[in-house]
Amino acid sequence: MEEFSVLIDALVYTRSRNEKLRLIAEYLRATPDPDRGWALAALSDGLDFPAVKSSTIRNLMKDRIDPVLWSLSRDFVGDTAETASLLWPAPDQPPSPPSVSETVELLEAMNRKSVVTELPKLLDRVDPSGRYALLKLATGGMRIGVSSRLAKTAFAQAFNVSVDEVEEYWHGLAPPYPELFAWAAEGEDPPDIDNLPTFRPFMLAHPLEETVVNLGDYAAEWKWDGIRVQLVRAGDETRVYSRSGDNISATFPELLDVLPFPAVLDGELLVRGTVQGGEEGGAASFNALQQRLGRKTVSKKMLKEAPAFVRLYDALLVEGEDLRPLPWTQRRARLEALMERLPDSHFDLSRIVEAKDFEHLAAIREGSRDDAIEGLMLKRKDSPYITGRRVGYWYKWKRDPLLVDCVLMYAQRGSGKRSSFYSDFTFGCWDGDPDAGADLLPVGKAYSGFTDEELKKLDRHVRRNTVNRFGPVRETDKSLVFEVAFDSVHESKRHKSGLAMRFPRIHRIRWDKPPHEADRVEALRALVRD
Amino acid sequence: MSAPFSWIKPEPHGIYIPPADCWVDPSRAVGKALVTHGHADHARGGHGETVATPETLAIMELRYRTGAEDDAGEIPHKAVPVEYGETIRLKGDVDATYIPAGHVLGSAQILLAHAGERVIVTGDYKRREDPTCPPFEVTPCDIFITEATFGLPLFTHPPIEDEMAKLLDRLAAHPDRCVLVGAYALGKAQRVIAELRRAGHREPIYLHGAMEKMCRLYEEHGVDLGELRLVSDYTKDDMRGAIVVSPPSALNDRWSRRLPDPITAMASGWMRVRQRARQRNVELPLVISDHADWGELTRTIKEVDAQENWITHGREDALLRWCQLHQRRARALALVGYDDEDD
Repeated sequence: MEEFSVLIDALVYTRSRNEKLRLIAEYLRATPDPDRGWALAALSDGLDFPAVKSSTIRNLMKDRIDPVLWSLSRDFVGDTAETASLLWPAPDQPPSPPSVSETVELLEAMNRKSVVTELPKLLDRVDPSGRYALLKLATGGMRIGVSSRLAKTAFAQAFNVSVDEVEEYWHGLAPPYPELFAWAAEGEDPPDIDNLPTFRPFMLAHPLEETVVNLGDYAAEWKWDGIRVQLVRAGDETRVYSRSGDNISATFPELLDVLPFPAVLDGELLVRGTVQGGEEGGAASFNALQQRLGRKTVSKKMLKEAPAFVRLYDALLVEGEDLRPLPWTQRRARLEALMERLPDSHFDLSRIVEAKDFEHLAAIREGSRDDAIEGLMLKRKDSPYITGRRVGYWYKWKRDPLLVDCVLMYAQRGSGKRSSFYSDFTFGCWDGDPDAGADLLPVGKAYSGFTDEELKKLDRHVRRNTVNRFGPVRETDKSLVFEVAFDSVHESKRHKSGLAMRFPRIHRIRWDKPPHEADRVEALRALVRD
Repeated sequence: MSAPFSWIKPEPHGIYIPPADCWVDPSRAVGKALVTHGHADHARGGHGETVATPETLAIMELRYRTGAEDDAGEIPHKAVPVEYGETIRLKGDVDATYIPAGHVLGSAQILLAHAGERVIVTGDYKRREDPTCPPFEVTPCDIFITEATFGLPLFTHPPIEDEMAKLLDRLAAHPDRCVLVGAYALGKAQRVIAELRRAGHREPIYLHGAMEKMCRLYEEHGVDLGELRLVSDYTKDDMRGAIVVSPPSALNDRWSRRLPDPITAMASGWMRVRQRARQRNVELPLVISDHADWGELTRTIKEVDAQENWITHGREDALLRWCQLHQRRARALALVGYDDEDD
């Protein structure tokens, strides 16, 4: 655990990507199995110990510090694990740190009851840095500026293997990845994943921004506003994976017995609904899909009212054949040919958008106000299917956002990179004429869209203009206007205004604009389209 | 007879003393100001008259040219020096005594006495030893007006020797690079340099141009800082394996490109929180502060043992809660204009 906590501290304070790669690679080479495997798991996907949650740590701290002082501290630091590591009372005994695998074993053995006595014993065995690393490891998600991809790249560098190959095997294996280390570090045979329904990392797109492409080289498709999924069948099992590689099969049981042959397919999961997505066809708005997300079980009623289907974009593997090295045009032809073997109850094909030239395409994009469309995708016709974002192959060209002027009402401190700054903002619109005494109604919340420099100014504004405090929430004097950008707005019973914005972010801070000139709730309601 | 303590009024821009018609640490220009120490958020320019220790007056003179003559050849600003332990009588039978606060060179707590009632305004203070200024003196009073910059129980400043060892170890491990230490230009920078000397570091220390005058002022007041050199007078190669001190704002500035592959360090109490260090792109966080940490704040409140504690600038909520838990009367003052970013 000592070497691991030294690594974690070094990573926290390292800016350079190359230096991070070097630090992780060095650790992986120098550390024995299975410690390094557990460490790699902690750095990449995170480990999950059901008995240890943030709330567990909060409860442990309640016996050791006044709850008000705890929550003020937690609020300032923005991270439960770090706050606890700083406030944990120094133990009487000298440290006797366990190894990473011993730590994992002990954490795995804990249940909701025993964690109350066992976790403190473990915390008393390590120094403050060790406590930080231990709590981060125990609660999953290190949030120390190391992405899963970076950890895998470091693994590849450490043992001089290709990171694409690591990705390929990764999702078929489980921590502490003995097969992966045996292959990469000891030169044994690569892990066998052919008969497993494993996730293959997605090919992603860059935002188009100012780029102009030649439509001779690129094909255009609609970018559908659902969730990107990968449907995988190997042997008799079919699974649905989300963009991040989470297995979400249980949420969409209707898709688990409709793929008649082994394959890996890439598409957009959408639901059919009472509100149809215009002439482009058959999909309800994201709002309807949202009702189905995140559920562990699905009611019959839901399956009937909002059945899911997949609008296909691409085919990666079909009946044992790897199509990924082929150019997009050939994969597309194979996909089109596959359609007649797929039931149209659960599959359709994302159609190609035909345009004479780039200006024509821009005009088509402008005209698309269909609710299930987020914008356009541009795919280079000769592009192979490659993991991650590669410049020049795929572009996403989203519709321009909608804008509304709102007034800052409440602020809360953020976490992670934004910790200890007031960075989560709730804003409102006027419920009538502000000059005639109308009030503000909250319409949304945003915590992005500003620079670090602006964040500092916003933090100062909040601290200097607080009129009320509700626990960690500060109410401000409603003197600051935000121009808020968002993708769409929907009716919602959850908010007092009756409206919910999709993906709101701060577009501009209008330090200059008087608050009574901000928009009214009616103006926002007029933008509802379903 | 007037109501108890009606002669002292906390206002948003400072603490006002009506019978003496003067302010303590006002955040805007006033006729007459009592100033605890030279940091810009406590000592502003433009007052008609300033009462402070000679060191603080010298710092203000350096920063605001308060000794400058006007067009008529007169010095409009009146500087009234008060030594530590000395009491001066103000208008309206108010006495002011300046007592060491241990924060930076010249820093003082101001004890105000009127009609048998005693109030202390601490300004900023710490309880740790500091080679650049005399230590905080615990003084009895009725109302204790304390700062609360690090008023959260998670703030425990480690012994400064540990932080110096961390700095010197890193320097020794990278003889081809330099360690660039961001430190507040008044107080922190000189304390770090003096502590490095105490830890046995005899090499020349390189300074950002903005720090030179303040370091010279410290030396004139008897603080030995060893050999100091200006970065602008030397080459990259000269500075390999050396310590460079700059204001925090220069850490990620273009200025630092002239240095040999600097390891970015920052000396601040905020460095205790990892995410704070990350936000400032700091590779080597040094938890060094000229403010009292949580333990020092609560110990001081206990030792001073005033009837009432008024808590200013910082994280007053938590210290207020602590007072409540320990049956001590306390209230938070909403003073504006105090900035704690770089401490």
